[in-house]
Parts: sequence; C-alpha cells; structure tokens
Amino acid sequence: MTTKSRLHIAVFLAPAVLVYTAVMIWPLFNTLRLALYTSGEEGRVFSGLMNFRTLFGDPRWSESFWNALGNNFWFFIVHMLVQNPIGVALAAILSHPRLRFAALYRSAIFIPTILSFVIVGFAWKLILSPIWGIAPSMLDAVGLKSLFAPWLGKEEYALTTLALISVWQFVGIPMMLIYAALLSIPEEVLEAGEIDGITGASAFWKIKLPLILPSIGIISILTFVGNFNAFDLIYAAQGALAGPDYSTDILGTFLYRTFFGFQLQLGDPHMGSTIATAMFAIILAGVCLYLFAIQTRMRRYQF
Amino acid sequence: MNKARQNPLNSFAAHAALITWTVIALFPVVVILINSFKTRKAIFREPLALPSADSFSTIGYETVMKQGDFFLYFQNSFIVTVASLFFILLFGAMAAFALSEYRFRGNTLMGLYLALGIMIPIRIGTVAILELMVQTGLVNTLWALILVYTAQGLPLAVFILSEFMRQVSDDLKNAGRIDGMSEYAIFFKLVLPLVRPAMATVAVFNMIPIWNDLWFPLILAPGEETKTLTLGSQVFIGQFVTDWNAVLSALSLAILPVLVLYVIFSRQLIRGITSGAVK
Repeated sequence: MTTKSRLHIAVFLAPAVLVYTAVMIWPLFNTLRLALYTSGEEGRVFSGLMNFRTLFGDPRWSESFWNALGNNFWFFIVHMLVQNPIGVALAAILSHPRLRFAALYRSAIFIPTILSFVIVGFAWKLILSPIWGIAPSMLDAVGLKSLFAPWLGKEEYALTTLALISVWQFVGIPMMLIYAALLSIPEEVLEAGEIDGITGASAFWKIKLPLILPSIGIISILTFVGNFNAFDLIYAAQGALAGPDYSTDILGTFLYRTFFGFQLQLGDPHMGSTIATAMFAIILAGVCLYLFAIQTRMRRYQF
Repeated sequence: MNKARQNPLNSFAAHAALITWTVIALFPVVVILINSFKTRKAIFREPLALPSADSFSTIGYETVMKQGDFFLYFQNSFIVTVASLFFILLFGAMAAFALSEYRFRGNTLMGLYLALGIMIPIRIGTVAILELMVQTGLVNTLWALILVYTAQGLPLAVFILSEFMRQVSDDLKNAGRIDGMSEYAIFFKLVLPLVRPAMATVAVFNMIPIWNDLWFPLILAPGEETKTLTLGSQVFIGQFVTDWNAVLSALSLAILPVLVLYVIFSRQLIRGITSGAVK
C-alpha cells in the first residue's frame, strides 16, 4: 500500500471537504468575523466589539434581544416538559410486546413531523381562528366554551400556543428514538426483573427508564439545538414581526428581521452577524454542557 | 413468557391512549383536506362535516391553479431535493470511504472536522452565505439552495456511512485489489452496492427537511422563478388570507406531495431511525 500513489484518498475526500468548507465552515467563521465590523461611509469598517456593546448596551436592542432569548427559553422549556414526556410515554406504550396495530399508530403519529411549518402554522391558525370557530365549537361541545380565547392573538398565550403546536408537530421524533432504545433492551433483563417481581409500571420506572437515559439525553440536546435556531413556524404563523407585540419573537425571527430588514426597518448584515454569533455561543454552550457534563456522567450499559 | 406483562385492561388503556394521540395528530390534516372540497358557506357552517353532494366544490383548487405557479414551485422543490440528495450521497459516501478505508495522517482530525457540522446548524452562517452567493452570482438560482443543503447534509451522511463502511469485509476489497481493480472501481462496484440500505436511510433523513425548509429559499432564492413549493405556498397563502377556499386548497396541495413521499418511504424512514443510525 505504502508504495502506491495515494492520490485517490485526496480524490475521495476533496468534493465533500470542499463543499462543506466553502458553504458551511467558512461562512460560519466569516459570520463571526462580520460581527466585528460596521458599515461606514466607505464600506466595511472594523469596529471591534462595538456591535456587541450596541446589542447588550443600547436599550432598544438589548430589550429585543433579551425578550427573544427569554421567549426562546420558554419555547425550549415547553418542549422539554411536554414533548419529551409525551414522546417517552407513547414509545413505552408502543414498545409493549404483542400490541396490535403498532406500526399503524407509529406511522400515523409521525405524520405531523413530515409536514412543513408553513402547512402546520396555517392549519392551526385556521383551526384556532375565532372566525372559523372549530376550536370554540369543540370546546362548547364539552361545555368549556368559556375557556376559549383567540390564543394566537393574545400576548400572554401566543408563545405557549405556538410551542404546543411545535410539540404537536415534533413529538414523533422523541417517540421514534425512545422506541428504538426500548426495543434494544434485551428480553433477559426484563425477564430477570419479572422473576424478582418487577412488572408493569415499576418495570418501566426501575429497569427501562434508567436504560434509556442516554437516548433521553440525545433527544434533549437535539431539542435544544432545534429550538434555538427555530424560525419557520413563528414566521409562518405570526410573520416576521412575531406578533402580537413581539411576544412570540425568538432568536431566529429576531435574526431574520435584523439581518434582512422588515417593513420600515432596514437590514443590517453586521448586527445580524452579531445576533448569529450570540446564537452560536448559546448553542455551543448547550452542546458542550451536554458533551462534557451530561454525557460523560451518564452510565451506559453494555449487553 | 410475556404473560406477566399482558393483561386485557392494560391493553385497552394502551389502545385508548394511542388512539387519542393519533386523533390529535391527524385531526388538523383531516380538517384541512375535507374542507378544501367544500363551498365557502359549508366551510363555515359545518367545518367538521364531510363534503356532501350539496356542499362539494372545487372552487378553491380552481383559484389556486389559476393564480399560483404551483407546478413550477413543485418542479423547483423537486430539482433542489433530488440534486441535493444526489450530492450528499455521492460526496458523503466518497469521504466516508476515504475515512473508513485508508490510514493516513490526519484521518481522525478530518473525521472530527467533518462531524462538527452535525451539531452546529448551518443557519448561523446565513449572513456570510448570502454574501458568498451574491459574490458568486448564485443568488436566486437553484444552485445556491443545492449547495447549502449539500453542505448541511454532508456531516451526518459521512458519519453514518463511515460506520456502515467499516462493516464491509476487507477480504472482499482485497480480492478486488488482487484482481487488479482500481481503488475507484472498488468503491463504486464493490462497496457502494453493499451500503445501499445505509444510503437509503441517509436519503430519507435528508429529504424531508430539505423539502420543507423555508429559511434558505426565503433568503437565497425568493425570486418568482426559483421559489420552492414551501416558500410558494407561504407567499400564496399570505396573499389569499381571506379566500378560505383557496387557502385550504393550497394547504392541501402542499400536504399531498409530502404525504405521498411519506407513504412510499415511511418503512425506510422508520427502519432507519429504529436501527440506531442516529445513536
């Protein structure tokens, strides 16, 4: 091998490395670099950390930023508290041996996940719309009509409603991953538990749950990364202004408005890069926390 | 052997829970689909009823067909998705082969470099990507989207495919070498056919996010000629907010292709996820 020409290795690697470097890594670093510039009279001027000072110091900017970040955290928390437990529960039920129609349920529950945000956003907007009246009349049928409010139009409910819509859409992913993890638990382990009298729900809590914790960790970090660069659903349902009164603004929509401009606001690539850099830092922090603090401490079991 | 875990009450509760969530999952889709075939009056009077002879109408679809270039949008989405998948699979498999087959200096480092993109979303680099596309004149071409999606899909593709390529037997490849096959022939004729299932998994994973993406079409290719179906329906629906027939029909038309893809590929997708390809 060593005497032969090794050109083919370079040929095999080149296309992937070139495209990946040119379109992903290089722009990523370039964006971080652009955050250090502002547009002056004669094009681009280096300005050090001034953009960051504006973003965090100027009340007009910092207020929007903290608002978007706070909303984003709430968006994430709703996913963690609602999406992942429902996903785990559905997976636990589905993995039950000899459950009939399991494949059918699985496929049906996964359908919302494959739909685009545009479809999901508008479909729910129509259903929750007070004009059409599906949601109020359904609540009326169970005697809870007084609970109805135009949820997407109220500042206090809009963000939670959107988060729940997103949960509805993506619950299929944790369900599938946990389902896979549950299936990989060997039968002998469960039988050993049975002999010790651990069955049913306690088998789930005492045997299965500890064994699927690594998968729950992966789902959490996937949810984190996905939520902190989310954009499409809010844009499709509420527009780039993330109304009412920015109450559904998250980092993705904030970045889009700043960078691209919207209505009267002019686009500013440098402030856009600054926000993207902040998003990068947040996502990186989350991923590092997962990799070093959570994943290494989690016990993995080898069968 | 499973007797201790079987009992009729449990199984009833299990089905009840699953049916409840299935209904929740499918309800909005069904409501949109059935109402798209109704007259405006019937949409509002009885939103949950199936279209009857009385209330049946395709007026919404007629509006959509007249106004929107849905065929063009569909074609754009199709070209972008297929071309991106082709490049992800070809380039990804080549790189995965190099990393899993040959020992060379920097192998591990290269693997790590390519894996970086699994966790970091490409959207963070949007500002500079737009600048790059403007400089190279690729803005408002489908190539801009194809390049971005290829770059976005490569890290996971290389990761998954190299795992699978390590399992291809060395004897087979060495036999090929003794027969005088070039390294390229070994890759294309021996290894690629063997990892076809893994390639299918990678393709299915990438297909739906590419087809559904709104961010990059909105920023890199918003022109009329290059709109994808997702962006096209977003703009169209935005313009026709008050024409409920048209909106419902447009939504139904946007749901349809994905649903068809899903029906074709759902077994592959589910097998891919459950086989632990993403662990």
